[in-house]
Amino acid sequence: MSAPAGRGLEIRGLTRRFGGLVAVSRFDLTVAPGEIVGLIGPNGAGKTTVFHLVAGYHAPSEGSIHFDGTSLVGLKPHAICRLGLARTFQLVQPFAGLTTLENVMVGAFNRAREVGEARRRAAEIVDFVGLGPRRDVPARHLTLPDRKRLEVARGLATEPRLLLLDEVMSGLNPTEIEAIIGLIRGIHARGVSLLIIEHVMRAILALSHRLVVLHHGEKIADGPPASVARDPLVVEAYLGETSEAAPR
Amino acid sequence: MTWLFLQAVVSGLLLGGVYGLVASGLSLIFGVLRIINFAHGAVMMLGMYASYWLFVLVGLDPYLSILVTGPLFFGLGMLIQRIVIEPNRAAAEHNQLLLTLGVALVFENLALVLWQGDFRTVRVSYSGASFLVADVLVEVPRLVAAGGAILIALALWGFLRTTDAGKAIRALSEEPEGARLVGIDVARIRGVAFGIGSACVAVAGALVTPFFYVAPDVGESFNIMAFVVVVLGGMGNFLGALVGGFIVGLAESLGAAFLPGSLKQLVVFGLFVIVLLLRPEGLFGARRGR
Amino acid sequence: MAGRLVLIVVVAVLVVVPVWLPKYALEVLISVLFFGYLGSCWNILGGYGGQFSFGHAAFFGIGAYTSTLLFLHLGLTPWIGMLAGGALAAAFGLFAGYLSFRYGLRGPYFSLVTLAFAEMLRVVAVNWKAVGSSLGLVVPNRGSAPALFLFAEKLPYYYVILGLALAALAITRLIERSRMGYALAAIRENEDAAEAAGVDALSTKLAAMAISSFLTALGGTFYAQYFAYIDPSLTFGPAISIGGLLPAIVGGAGTVAGPLLGSFVLTPISELTRALLRGRAGADIMLYGLILIFVISFLPNGLVGWIRSRRSAAERPA
Repeated sequence: MSAPAGRGLEIRGLTRRFGGLVAVSRFDLTVAPGEIVGLIGPNGAGKTTVFHLVAGYHAPSEGSIHFDGTSLVGLKPHAICRLGLARTFQLVQPFAGLTTLENVMVGAFNRAREVGEARRRAAEIVDFVGLGPRRDVPARHLTLPDRKRLEVARGLATEPRLLLLDEVMSGLNPTEIEAIIGLIRGIHARGVSLLIIEHVMRAILALSHRLVVLHHGEKIADGPPASVARDPLVVEAYLGETSEAAPR
Repeated sequence: MTWLFLQAVVSGLLLGGVYGLVASGLSLIFGVLRIINFAHGAVMMLGMYASYWLFVLVGLDPYLSILVTGPLFFGLGMLIQRIVIEPNRAAAEHNQLLLTLGVALVFENLALVLWQGDFRTVRVSYSGASFLVADVLVEVPRLVAAGGAILIALALWGFLRTTDAGKAIRALSEEPEGARLVGIDVARIRGVAFGIGSACVAVAGALVTPFFYVAPDVGESFNIMAFVVVVLGGMGNFLGALVGGFIVGLAESLGAAFLPGSLKQLVVFGLFVIVLLLRPEGLFGARRGR
Repeated sequence: MAGRLVLIVVVAVLVVVPVWLPKYALEVLISVLFFGYLGSCWNILGGYGGQFSFGHAAFFGIGAYTSTLLFLHLGLTPWIGMLAGGALAAAFGLFAGYLSFRYGLRGPYFSLVTLAFAEMLRVVAVNWKAVGSSLGLVVPNRGSAPALFLFAEKLPYYYVILGLALAALAITRLIERSRMGYALAAIRENEDAAEAAGVDALSTKLAAMAISSFLTALGGTFYAQYFAYIDPSLTFGPAISIGGLLPAIVGGAGTVAGPLLGSFVLTPISELTRALLRGRAGADIMLYGLILIFVISFLPNGLVGWIRSRRSAAERPA
C-alpha cells in the first residue's frame, strides 16, 4: 500500500482560552502522511480540546492548523471532513434510530454521490470493522464495543486521509482492546494516517510511531514511544494519576 | 409627547410586574424540569376563571381569592406534573414540549366548552379607581396587581433562598446529578416546582381579573409574553424573569403608544426574535451550549 | 409486495369512490386529505429533519394571501398564483430558517422562534389595509371557472387536494430514500455527529425548510379557493400550525404514511365530536389535546410506529 500524498496535519502555536482558563497553549503538532501519532497526557490536559479545535468545533484563540496545506481555521466541521479529516467522539455518538449500515452510509455520502454507491462503500466498511453480522441492527441495540466500532466505521466511510480517534478503547476489556488494536493497524494499512488520544498505555505505545504528551495544555514531550515513556517530565506528569502508569 | 411617553412607561411597568410573576413561574418550571411549559398561559386562564366564579358565586374579592386559588392551583400543577409529565420525563425534548401543548389544548378548550367564548369581566368597587401623579394616570387595580406580583415574586425568592424545599429546588436546577446523590427526592421536588409555577401564574391571573377580560383564549397572549420574558431574562433565572417582565411590559406599552393598531405586538415579537438569535441564554443567563 | 398492493388499492378507492359519496362525507374526506397534506408538508422538516416548527401557518398564510391578492388585483389565475405564493413562502422560509439555523437555534428554541414568526405575520396582516386587515379577503366565486381554480361542485376540489396529498407523499418518499433523506435522519438523530461525518447541516435543513414551506403555501391557496374567504387568524393562526403537526405526530413523524394516516384518524373524530356536540365549540380540540397526550405517552412513534412494532413482534420467533 503506497503512502498517501499530501503534507498531513500541521498545527502551529495552537492556543485556546475559555475565559480566564487556558486549555491549550502554544501547541505544535504534525502528523505526516502514513504516521500514527499518539496524543497522551493526564486527564484534563487538553487533548480532546485539541481535537475539537482541529475538527472545527471551537475556534482557536491563536495559532494555525493546516491540513495538506489548507487552513482549517474557521471552517465548519463538515467542510473539514470533506477535506479528508474525520474524527470520533470520546462519548460515542451513534445515530440511534438508524441501523449500523445506515449509520455508516451517512459517512459514505461524504464521497459517494448517490445512494447505491454509498450503500456499497458502507457495506464494505461495515464488514471491514467486523460489524457485518450487525448490519441491520438499529444502533441503539448495539453493545458498547460495537458502538465504538460503528463510530470508527462511520469515520472511515468518509474516506479520510487522517482519522482522529478519541479514547476509542475506554470502557473495553483486554480482549476487546486487542481487537481494536488490530482494527487500527488495518485502518493504517489502508493508507489512513491516525492521531489517537488514548489512556490505555500499552496499546498506544504499541501502535504509535510517535508520542506527543500534553500536560496542562502544553506539550512536554514529542518523540518515539520508547524515549517519551522514559522522559522524567512525562513520568512526573503522570505521578498521582489513577490511569496506568508509564512503564519504567 | 413626553406625557404620552411617561404614561406608557407607567402602564408598561405596572403590567410588567405581572408579566414578571407569570414568567417567574415559567422560569422556575424550566429550571427544574427543563421543559418549556406551553400550558402556562392556560393555567393562568383557569386561575382567572376560578377568581371570576368565586367572585360571582360567593362574592369573594379577587385579591382575597388568591388565598384559595393559590393552594388550589399548586395542587393542580402537582397533579399535571405527576400524571402527564413525570411518566414521560425521559422522552425526547420535543415530545415533552408537545405534552404541555396537549395540556394547553385540553385546558383552553375545556374552558370553551364549559363557559363559551364570551368575554367576562369582574367589576369590583375599585375597578375604575385611579389617581394622578403629575398628569400621569395610575389605575389602582393595575397598581395593586403590580405590587402584589412583586411581593409574591419576592416571597418566592425568599422561599427559594431560605427553606429546605426551596434549596432543594435550586439544587435540582443547578446540579441535577448532585442533587440526586445528596438524597433529594427528585420526583417530589419536580412536582413541587411545577406546582409553585402554576400557583404563581394562577395568582397572577387573579390579580389581573379586576381589569382584564376573562375568556378561554386570554392565556395565549400571556403565554407568548411569558416566553419572551423568560428568554429575555434567561431560562431558569429568577431575577432575570422579573427584570425581563419590566422590559417586555415597557416594550409593549411603548409600542402601543407609538404604533397604530395592534402593531405593538410586533415590537415584542421583534424583541423576542432578536434575543433568541443574538443572546438565547438571555440577559442574565449563563452561556449554555445550545 | 403487500405494501405495494395496499397502496394501489387505497389510491384506487380514493380516486373512484368519492364520485358516489354524499356531500357531507365528501367534505369530511376533503378535510382529511387537507390536513394530511399539511401534515406531510410539516413532516419533511419536522418529522424527518427533527426541526419542530410551531409556525408553519406563516407559509400557509403567505400562500393564501399571495395567490388571492394576485387574483383580485391582477386577475392572475390562482394556478399560477399558487406557484408565486410557494416561491414567496420558500423565500421567507429560507430567510427565517437561515436566521434560526445560522444562530444555532435547536429544539424548543427553534419551535418558539417559528411561533413568533407566524404571529408576526398575523399581526402584520391584521394591521395592513391593503391585504384586508381583520376583515380578510373574499375570493369571488360565481360558478365554475376551472382555469381560475374555481369550481361549482366540491368534487373537483377533492381531486385537487387528492393530487396534492399524493404528490406530497411521493415527494416525501423520494426524499426519504435519497442522499438528503440520510442527511436529514442523521441531523435529526445527532446534529454534531452528522457534521463530523461530513453532513452540511445548515444547507440540508434549509433545503428541507424550502421544500416544506413551498408545499405548505400551495395548501394555503387551495384553502383560499375552496372556502373562498381568508383572514389573518384563519391562515396565520395556531389552528393551522397545530392542525398540520398534530396528524404528523399522531400518525408517525418521520414516516411517509404517518401524517395522512394521522389525519384519517383525527379528522373524522373531530367532525364526529362537533356533530354530536353541536354548540359546544372546542370539544373537538380538547379531544385532540387528550389524543396528543395519549400518543406521546404511549405511542411515541405514532400509529405507524405502533403498527410496525406489532408486526415485528409478530414476526419474532416465540
